[in-house]
Amino acid sequence: MKTIEQIEKIRNEKRKELELRINPEVVTQEKHILVCRGTGCTSSKSPQIIEKFREILAQKNIENVRVIQTGCFGLCAKGPIVVIRPEETFYAHVKPEDCEEIIETHIINGQKVERLLCKNMDGSIVHKLNELDFYKKQKRIALKNCGTINPEEIDEYIAFDGYKALEKVLTGMSQDDVIDVISKSGLRGRGGAGFPTGKKWSFTKMAESDQKYVVCNADEGDPGAFMDRSILEGDPHCVLEAMAIAGYAIGANQGYIYVRAEYPIAVHRLKVAIQQAREYGLLGKNIFGTDFCFDIDIRLGAGAFVCGEETALLESIEGKRGQPRLKPPYPASQGLFGKPTVINNVETLANITKIILNGAEWYASIGTEHSKGTKVFALGGNVNNVGLVEVPMGTTLREIVYDIGGGIPKGREFKAAQTGGPSGGCIPAEHLDTPIDYESLASIGSMMGSGGLIVMDDTKCMVNLAKFYLEFTVAESCGKCTPCRIGTKRMLEILEKLCSGEATEEDIERLEKLAINIKKASVCGLGQSAPNPVLSTLRYFRGEFTEHAVQKKCRTNECKKIAKIQINQDQCKACGLCQKQCPVGAIDGEGREKRTINQEKCIKCGTCIASCPFKAIK
Amino acid sequence: MNEEMITLTIDGVEVKTKKGNTILQAAREIGIDIPTLCFLKEINEVGDCRMCIVEVEGRRGFATSCIQKVEEGMIVHTNTPEVTEARRIVLDLILSNHAKDCLTCTRLGNCELQKLAERFNVQNIEYAGEMSKHEIDDKSPAIVRDFNKCILCRRCVATCKNVQEIGAIDCIGRGFESCISTMYDCSLNDVDCTFCGQCIEACPTGALHEKEVINEVWKKLKDPETYVVVQTAPAVRVALGEEFDMPIGTNVKGKMVTALKRIGFDKVFDTNTGADLTIMEEANEFMERMQGGGVLPMITSCSPGWVRFAEKNYGELLGHLSSCKSPYQMFGALIKSYFAEKYGIARDKICTVSVMPCIAKKYECSRPEMEVDGARDVDYVLTTRELARMIKQANIDFAVLQDSNFDDPMGEASGAGAIFGTTGGVMEAAIRTAVDTLEGKNIDQIEYKEVRGEKGIKEACLKVAGNEVRIAVSSGLANARKLMEQIKEGKSPYHFIEIMACPGGCVMGGGQPIKSAKVRSSVDVRKLRADSLYEIDEKSAIRKSHENPVMKQIYDEYLEKPGSHLAHKYLHTTYHPMKKYDID
Amino acid sequence: MEEKCVEQKVRKETEEILAQYRPEKDLLITILNDVQEKYGYIPKQAQMAISEYLAIPMAEIYGVITFYSRFTLAPKGKYNISICLGTACYVKGSQKLLDRAKERLKIEPGQVTKDGKFSIDDVRCVGACGLAPVFMVNDEVYGNATVKQLDEVIDKYMKL
Repeated sequence: MKTIEQIEKIRNEKRKELELRINPEVVTQEKHILVCRGTGCTSSKSPQIIEKFREILAQKNIENVRVIQTGCFGLCAKGPIVVIRPEETFYAHVKPEDCEEIIETHIINGQKVERLLCKNMDGSIVHKLNELDFYKKQKRIALKNCGTINPEEIDEYIAFDGYKALEKVLTGMSQDDVIDVISKSGLRGRGGAGFPTGKKWSFTKMAESDQKYVVCNADEGDPGAFMDRSILEGDPHCVLEAMAIAGYAIGANQGYIYVRAEYPIAVHRLKVAIQQAREYGLLGKNIFGTDFCFDIDIRLGAGAFVCGEETALLESIEGKRGQPRLKPPYPASQGLFGKPTVINNVETLANITKIILNGAEWYASIGTEHSKGTKVFALGGNVNNVGLVEVPMGTTLREIVYDIGGGIPKGREFKAAQTGGPSGGCIPAEHLDTPIDYESLASIGSMMGSGGLIVMDDTKCMVNLAKFYLEFTVAESCGKCTPCRIGTKRMLEILEKLCSGEATEEDIERLEKLAINIKKASVCGLGQSAPNPVLSTLRYFRGEFTEHAVQKKCRTNECKKIAKIQINQDQCKACGLCQKQCPVGAIDGEGREKRTINQEKCIKCGTCIASCPFKAIK
Repeated sequence: MNEEMITLTIDGVEVKTKKGNTILQAAREIGIDIPTLCFLKEINEVGDCRMCIVEVEGRRGFATSCIQKVEEGMIVHTNTPEVTEARRIVLDLILSNHAKDCLTCTRLGNCELQKLAERFNVQNIEYAGEMSKHEIDDKSPAIVRDFNKCILCRRCVATCKNVQEIGAIDCIGRGFESCISTMYDCSLNDVDCTFCGQCIEACPTGALHEKEVINEVWKKLKDPETYVVVQTAPAVRVALGEEFDMPIGTNVKGKMVTALKRIGFDKVFDTNTGADLTIMEEANEFMERMQGGGVLPMITSCSPGWVRFAEKNYGELLGHLSSCKSPYQMFGALIKSYFAEKYGIARDKICTVSVMPCIAKKYECSRPEMEVDGARDVDYVLTTRELARMIKQANIDFAVLQDSNFDDPMGEASGAGAIFGTTGGVMEAAIRTAVDTLEGKNIDQIEYKEVRGEKGIKEACLKVAGNEVRIAVSSGLANARKLMEQIKEGKSPYHFIEIMACPGGCVMGGGQPIKSAKVRSSVDVRKLRADSLYEIDEKSAIRKSHENPVMKQIYDEYLEKPGSHLAHKYLHTTYHPMKKYDID
Repeated sequence: MEEKCVEQKVRKETEEILAQYRPEKDLLITILNDVQEKYGYIPKQAQMAISEYLAIPMAEIYGVITFYSRFTLAPKGKYNISICLGTACYVKGSQKLLDRAKERLKIEPGQVTKDGKFSIDDVRCVGACGLAPVFMVNDEVYGNATVKQLDEVIDKYMKL
């Protein structure tokens, strides 16, 4: 148990020690080698890099250099990432074999290892992290500590204002004050629909009950989204602190974090963080010597996307099949174990401490009229800088894809971006300049969702993409209500017909009608949004659907059953290489004759495309 | 008490309804019949099927009318083009994954899904596609599960899990692959199912039904060598008429007997007489236990679902069960012994058929214990529903039949035997006899109202011959479990307990005519059928089992006295602990 | 005989897991996670022990196990190949990896090869989107994967 004074002392001392982490100008003999231990970098051997650095440092008796594991830096495409502070040198694609050279050249000789530095789009070599294009338009609030602190050291969190917001709340604010600040900040739920967080807290506070709960939804199920995971991995205490604040505001003394078991690193860091917070008395009884008691337990999800839906998540915490409940009643009045419950997702909670410390006005000054603050996106797909980006609400898609994301690889065309995952929709090029917020995304047929943002180039077939999402929904539908259980299956069947050239135009109309009705008649958010990927692709790419139905043609050849591989007769030099490679003898022509493909025999394996030295086959 | 009323508008009609009612209830009060499928009042109120969706002005998306409570000033539309289209698609989707072999389905004409298809004038399935395929489970002697007809309404699951608190079936898998099944998709025969059959009563389609033995019985009837004797349980006569569009609870005893004779049964007996016999034995057993320091509380054993439940869950407490066979088994044993000898019919030429309101009795009659000297007590058990089907197959216009009486020499039954068919009836009948016997005189009190009615557990304390006798009556297995846990903990205050597996007793047995969810939500079926039984009792000349002259005749001519050696041979049985799950 | 021994062992070990928890129904999934972790699947005997301890019918436990994709009823292969079909990986061609694995091992996702050596899972996002497309063999992650790389990895494990 630590008193307010003791915590303050830790904060001040540790802050001095860690000043070099955030201040490149600091004068010090020390260096910190920060190595990303997020899931991405960890799976490409960052733990071995840490070991290697420590080994070499020990060998060489270098004492003023520390090697620290951190959370995600965001630029996953360049992983494993090593950052050396205070000079902010950003090394990309570091391998354990590179450690020796980094120590020799950088640490000992004070020079940069040029070959491990990144280049910006204009070709310039980047020496400091903040000079990277990737970071220039970002504003990190939720991700503030990610990549800066060691997530397994509570003192490092405390050094950067950690648990200061909780102290402020417990020692000087009433429950209503807290709710008031959150309400005025304009913070809205980052998990999907964007419900105002202050309102949620206020409803739960007003519900009368002997027991209330705070639940953190960390069941990040959207395939291609990893914001919540990165926050938990990089800064777990900010979530714990926010949950305690929520608990104080609504009158709860118990919290649960529902996290995917598929996130072992996040789970481990949470466990460590909870343990450390308990030891310091920041969780448990009489926090900061006040009457307020609050503790947190972890519950593991077990692989069901639908458990991201708040009522399904509650069922799952109760040990049942994750089948959503009908609303009303809402969790604010009858939630976990039938008691009033606040459910917030990780990213929402990651904003709370900053709002408490910096004030509602500060937060409300960022973003657009109805969507305040920042949003973290997991940028993926056909984009150069795959990774995690946090931008103010109202940033345009173009800025994210081109300025931050570095554009589309191989110089291909942008075709669409998908937001909101299986519940969201596709945004075509014509809307690249739409400032992104909750309202604008909804108005163009997509949704914010949790923040997955997948970029697609012109090699992607939109009918096939719609099919991909429906496959996901069909596999993840809980099976409770008819429209979602059977309806999505029927939608998928129609899409399969389209992709194999067996559908008619009438099928497209049937598909659309079914989609609209599933949206209206399903019980929960999953069913109600499951048709979105189809409806939005129909809205912007209807022509492609018609092509599949009428001409039995897929312009990208992604739909294998109707794909037609052809040899451009103008480009063919009759070298015969393709013929040699073709496993089924589907290529006709002899000697100096230009080659053609026998469509009856062709199995569309693509071997010929790869084999053609003249790129004549498509 | 002044109940708060809510005013709302449904389809332009203003309606005042009680606060707390659902939109569905309010609509029905003014003659608007919103279609439902998964809704089963107080048992399954989940809003899964989406048939009952309506539009509520000012609200995003559709409201679920079977759950959504009325609010002041609410404006509801049940039939806008949008809601009609969505509902029609929902029905289309359900039908697209339903085996549509309606003509050969046992629920033909009494299927809630079929009625909806008719009502919506479904002419083709717009969204036909892949259908779930499942093997039919017909291993048990009692229940057949045909998941190909299941629409996943989960009414059966709610009944099994929440009403009976057994949970033998549950929703398995996820999404389109979900189905209602048992652990590891085992047969019901091999799991904790008690064969109470309440799931069948809950099923809106033909996904769950009894294992039919109609054809086997017809075969015996047509065989000139076989002497086929039938007996009918008390609860059958007050429900059979429902299968012929008569009001619920109509007593059709006379027509039923006529029909059975026309069908060709050689003798038609009344299980009520068997019930009287059970009382003779059970009252005697109880008195012996009271006086001789036997295991108490003693618990009745005429509900085979309950017996199977006890054997699977309380193997160590089976000594509490009365050793008496259930009435129709006793009667069957006597038909093949006493009756056969008296009339000189070879025992092995006799086939005994029982018409029962029960599913578990199909299982019970196959228990190895239920035979004497190689002769099965009862060869076939038909449900009330199966009897109705046989009557129809025999070209009998049931409604216009004249009445007939049960056959002698065992045709007389007391009113006590009649009330066996409802919860509390066995106890009341037993008390009538036990009190007279213990007091050694004819006591005026006949009715014991404290053990009547719908409450799950009823209790009373009687003063008999200077002693206190504490009794309890329960129906529904969830209540049985409560009483058993008390016994297990050594805290049971009772001397005598009546347990019936089905909530409400045999009148609500799993073999009775199936009532739609709509009927079940507007009519108290149990009360109508039970009242009819109490009326039979009230009008009976003899209302106590021991006063039935047939009893005297049987004991004088054959069994000597209750509890005799012969009585034990024919009328009593044994129980054995069972593995809850019979798996490798 | 041997089978009985194994069953008793599973039961005993499950009871050890159960001893760490209060007998309350909401812990079902937590306990199942522990059992899955321990055995790589959830044995029947373990389910029976849990059913008795938490007083939950077997059908309900079976319903919960079959609801969550992390829980399995049969052991996986010695080398379980998980191919990520999350959107980021899918857009970068992970379907080709899955098709190839199926072709090579002649099994469908969720199945195990006859010799018990390999199994395939199609998983939804392992969170390594930066390395898309990704596949895993047990806990080892292979990022920026190609069909060629998958072939090499399968060859390597086949020889082991």
